[in-house]
Amino acid sequence: MVPELLGIVCVFFLSVICSIPLGKYISKVFLYEYTRLDIVFNRLDRWIITLSGIDATRQMTWKDHVKSLLYINGVWFFLSMAVLMNMSHLPLNPDGNPSMSFDLAFNTSVSFITNTNLQHYSGETGLSYLGQLILMLWQFLSAASGITVCAVVFMAMKETKSEAFGNFYSIFIRSCTRILFPLAIVTAILFLFNGMPMTFEGKDSITTLQGEQQYISRGPVAAFTAIKHLGTNGGGFYGVNSAHPLENPNYFTAIIQMIAQTIIPMGLVFALGYMLKNKKFSRMIFGVMTVGFIILVTPTIISEMQGNPNITAMGIQQTMGNMEGKEIRFGSGLSGYWSIITTVISTGSVNAMHDSFMPLSTMNQLLAMMVNGFYGGCGVGFLNFYIFIILAVFISGLMVGRTPEFLGKKVEAKEIKIAMLIALLHPFLILKGTALATALPDYTTASLSNPGFHGFSQILYEFTSSSANNGSGLEGLGDNTPFWNIACGIVMVLARYLPIIGPIAIAGILANKKYIPESNGTLKTDTPTFGLMIFAVIIIITTLSFFPALTLGPVAEYFSLIK
Amino acid sequence: MYITIMKTYVLPAIRLTLIFAIFFCAIYTFIVMASSMLVPEKFSFGKMNNGYYYSIGQKFSSDKYFWSRPSAVEYNAAASGGSNKGPSNPDYLHSVQLRIDTLLHYNSDIELSDIPSDIVTASGSGLDPHISVQAAMIQVPRISKIRKVSPDILKKTIKDLTEKPMFGIFGTEKIHVLTLNLALDSISHF
Repeated sequence: MVPELLGIVCVFFLSVICSIPLGKYISKVFLYEYTRLDIVFNRLDRWIITLSGIDATRQMTWKDHVKSLLYINGVWFFLSMAVLMNMSHLPLNPDGNPSMSFDLAFNTSVSFITNTNLQHYSGETGLSYLGQLILMLWQFLSAASGITVCAVVFMAMKETKSEAFGNFYSIFIRSCTRILFPLAIVTAILFLFNGMPMTFEGKDSITTLQGEQQYISRGPVAAFTAIKHLGTNGGGFYGVNSAHPLENPNYFTAIIQMIAQTIIPMGLVFALGYMLKNKKFSRMIFGVMTVGFIILVTPTIISEMQGNPNITAMGIQQTMGNMEGKEIRFGSGLSGYWSIITTVISTGSVNAMHDSFMPLSTMNQLLAMMVNGFYGGCGVGFLNFYIFIILAVFISGLMVGRTPEFLGKKVEAKEIKIAMLIALLHPFLILKGTALATALPDYTTASLSNPGFHGFSQILYEFTSSSANNGSGLEGLGDNTPFWNIACGIVMVLARYLPIIGPIAIAGILANKKYIPESNGTLKTDTPTFGLMIFAVIIIITTLSFFPALTLGPVAEYFSLIK
Repeated sequence: MYITIMKTYVLPAIRLTLIFAIFFCAIYTFIVMASSMLVPEKFSFGKMNNGYYYSIGQKFSSDKYFWSRPSAVEYNAAASGGSNKGPSNPDYLHSVQLRIDTLLHYNSDIELSDIPSDIVTASGSGLDPHISVQAAMIQVPRISKIRKVSPDILKKTIKDLTEKPMFGIFGTEKIHVLTLNLALDSISHF
């Protein structure tokens, strides 16, 4: 038990160690500073810019950035729908998998474009290889758009007074070619050497030792799985995601996948410190995020390693912990750790079935997605955290009786209104969605695979995951019905774009205000005290919004288990 | 108005998307494909010399083999899946109880408290290739009786094939069921 925990702690430290130099590199990419990779990528970027006919030098206002984002996302949506609804007529379909229905294609397209990767289909039977490749494209591009909007906010925070900052397309191209592409190549090659498939051949069939026929789905798994984690997407090639022995063959690949999903969100926080030349500020943010993460992950690991009291009551050994839905090669401790990493960061890949986790673990997974800003998804995690910072600045300003200031800019009524609306949007979408689903039992009860409190958790989890753009699920939910496809699709769209537009708008408005040099009366935003303030804001918003719903689901199930 | 939007946003967006479609779907995929050719056979995912896939668990339910874990999809590697049953679900608890009873019926020499939970619970993928060491140990008396091999030889085989955690801390102690059963067949033909 102790060595297993030691291994998990090592994995966490490895992630942090890898993300610091990456953060430095990311800041150079955003600031257009020299790196050794320039020899290759300057030329490549020039080609891409020339071929696409983009004006990559125009400085954009925050509204221009938002428009560029929305239009290009719109293009992706239509292309994605066209491919997914016609897969059976298109090439690269050796297994003869069918095209998607309209509502499933809508859900899947939205889900991959918004970096959610909620999957209402199963990879082996629901997609052709062309479908997988097009979804892999969105995994790259949606992650790059997340990184880009984050960079835009960073640039705005740096401005002393200007309406326009940065060029959306230029940063977008740089994020794709200089951050995601090289990392994905390295990760994919590591996967290949650990026995992950990379082929376009269809199913194989073998006769097992016991003499039965077994069909084995294959495909371009290594390329797909690399970007799935780096881009905090989480959509699995196979139905069971990274629990599948070909998508996650051993403990080493599990470590790589866990590090891969954390380095960009963590790296962005460090990149901010390098860009603002204020490492203390990024250390404060990183500290708050890490404290939140540890508070969630510790009880989860413990409750998984302790196992299920109902199984203990049957009189058998449970030294390995709660093993239902888990793989032996990962064990219950690492699976508990993974389940929180994948939910604090909006990846949503799983290496064990979340539906079979203990109730307290489910609660922590839900809480991780409800906060959605402890590290958070590629780029957007920081934007969620930015909203909390603005609110904390405002509240602390009120407490000391001064006009709140953030990085030398006055924060006024308009910015606070935007921040508050965005902070309330997430609970609104989750709770209204869950309420709607429970109010329409004709459409939803048939899809629940568990009775009682756990059934309610399945509904709550599905909407939380959609609204957090996470994509994991309590997969017992039979969610490929028009109700779930469309309801979750709408939630994902609103929960992706509004929380991007809000912070960009705030940052844009602040960037255009007069810079007030720091004085004795300025509220310091890079101190542990301010970090505590942000943490308090996060806890207050989350508990007030979500505690009643959590009580009906995982908390009630927990108390029914301990009897 | 619409023309400016088309020119400044939509057309560049379409062209950029197509370029990246080629870049990631074709070039990136090709680079990874090409690298996969360089992977030495012993690391490759493909078939082992004996025609089996190392990573993919197989169903072992016959008396003469070490059993693998229960699977929600009966080891169907073309449609992986877990049970997705919650820890308080009565159906789930009932099926675990049935598996315990079956196990005790076929392995009459063992005590209830010897059974480790992994051998009566379904894995996440339904394709778990491993079992715990304890899960192999409790099957020794049954197999030794059926195959007429001394339990000591079987225990030694299990011990030899036990996979330890990487560097002592990364991973769990486990046994690869297919490897164990292949070794078993080489000890005693049946």
